[in-house]
Amino acid sequence: MANFFTTIFAKNSKLSTDQLILKKTVISFFFFFLFAGAAFWGWKWLRHESTSAKGTRPLLRNVLNTNESIFKTFLSGKNLAKEYPLSKAVSNPRVNGYEGIRSPLDSANWKMNVILQSGDTLKITVEDLQKLPKTDIVFDFKCIEGWSQVTHWAGVRFRDFVKAFGLTDETAKKYVGLATPDNGYYVGIDMPCIMHPQTILCYEMNGKPLPLNQGYPLRLIIPVKYGIKHLKRIGTMYFDNKRPPDYWYERGYDYFSGL
Amino acid sequence: MTEIVKKHPLAVRWFHWINFPVLAIMIWSGLLIYWANDVYRIGFGSTTLLKFFPKSFYQALNLERHLAEGMAYHFLFMWLFFLNGIAYVVYTIFSGEWRDLVPLKGSFKRSWQVLLHDLHIRKSAPPVKGKYNDAQRIAYTAIIIMGIGSLLTGLAIYKPVQLSWLCWLMGGYKFARILHFAFTIGYVLFFLIHIFQVIRAGWNNFRAMITGFEVRKTKEEKPVEEISK
Repeated sequence: MANFFTTIFAKNSKLSTDQLILKKTVISFFFFFLFAGAAFWGWKWLRHESTSAKGTRPLLRNVLNTNESIFKTFLSGKNLAKEYPLSKAVSNPRVNGYEGIRSPLDSANWKMNVILQSGDTLKITVEDLQKLPKTDIVFDFKCIEGWSQVTHWAGVRFRDFVKAFGLTDETAKKYVGLATPDNGYYVGIDMPCIMHPQTILCYEMNGKPLPLNQGYPLRLIIPVKYGIKHLKRIGTMYFDNKRPPDYWYERGYDYFSGL
Repeated sequence: MTEIVKKHPLAVRWFHWINFPVLAIMIWSGLLIYWANDVYRIGFGSTTLLKFFPKSFYQALNLERHLAEGMAYHFLFMWLFFLNGIAYVVYTIFSGEWRDLVPLKGSFKRSWQVLLHDLHIRKSAPPVKGKYNDAQRIAYTAIIIMGIGSLLTGLAIYKPVQLSWLCWLMGGYKFARILHFAFTIGYVLFFLIHIFQVIRAGWNNFRAMITGFEVRKTKEEKPVEEISK
């Protein structure tokens, strides 16, 4: 054994080839197992961190937020989602989520409540929105699960809506919050994305009023985001500099969820 | 007599052993994501020969209902995969190691002979020039291209609107996702063959990936004194 240690710590020049092989092998494997141990320990540590109020492990949440800022630095966010001819749109788009639209809808009294900076609330009907220019869009709707479908929607551009209702001051804020009338589903969207020219307050699908399970009477269509942000049956809209609460964010998904 | 022959530079050994756990985590987190829309299969018409994946597979590896977690891990370790891969490629180019990796004239033909030899169908192996035989050259070059392919298709499905040109280049959103998945299956197949070949090649070869050197027997030479006489 003493022999072994003298070999390991001896100068290379004093060793025979076989001793040198032994020495180099032992040292290399020592560092190899050190690396393997560190990697294993690091992974254990990463897995051990428990889920916090941010919906996922704090480190993973920080990574998702950091990725958002990294990609923002070199992607303008201004690109348009590809649009398709009407004939490409599916006739029966997939319905994937019922959060926030399970409770009965009082359609006769439905109004979208827009909470202003002043504290006042604008109450807006679909008829009010239909007086504004209508925008049609046929695009590839992308679900965060990984499927996508070319679908056809129509409504008023969010930008046009902001101008028509004098909400320019509100849009100086960083985020828009949306919630269903029963507050069962809620999303937060950054201002650049909601002001994107393809984002619409949507009241039609395939040229007809939205079906109930697609968010009648009014939903959001925002092609630069995954489907989780396309809130159905808008009840309330408000503006904030802080991130508004977000249903899937609280369940561990990326807040930005932009495409 | 034995002699020490340098084989893998320290940098390459680091890149290799960092890539191993990182790629494993990328595949695992990728499966967590894929589960949420597991539509791929091999088959014709309505006949399915192989479904990716049977329920028992997900259950055995606890892959179900972890989409959010899978995405978070995927988008963390993608950076390590990317940086380590870039460092490896840059190192390979500037150190000249690439010479041992790229296929040579006639490599494709000789790689068949390597295969036949490995399967004990052919007696002699074709001559090897440099560190790797022709089959290895093709495999190790292909795996780098696949790595680049994974990064590009991954980026295409990560930002399909803002990088629409890339998404288009990768064959569109749906096809890019299929490619991204196919590369992963490719890694798994590569891994299986790689492990098998490493076991077959033996200790000396495996040790070189950790120590950097191989031990070679040299022909018995006459002592130096006798020659000088």
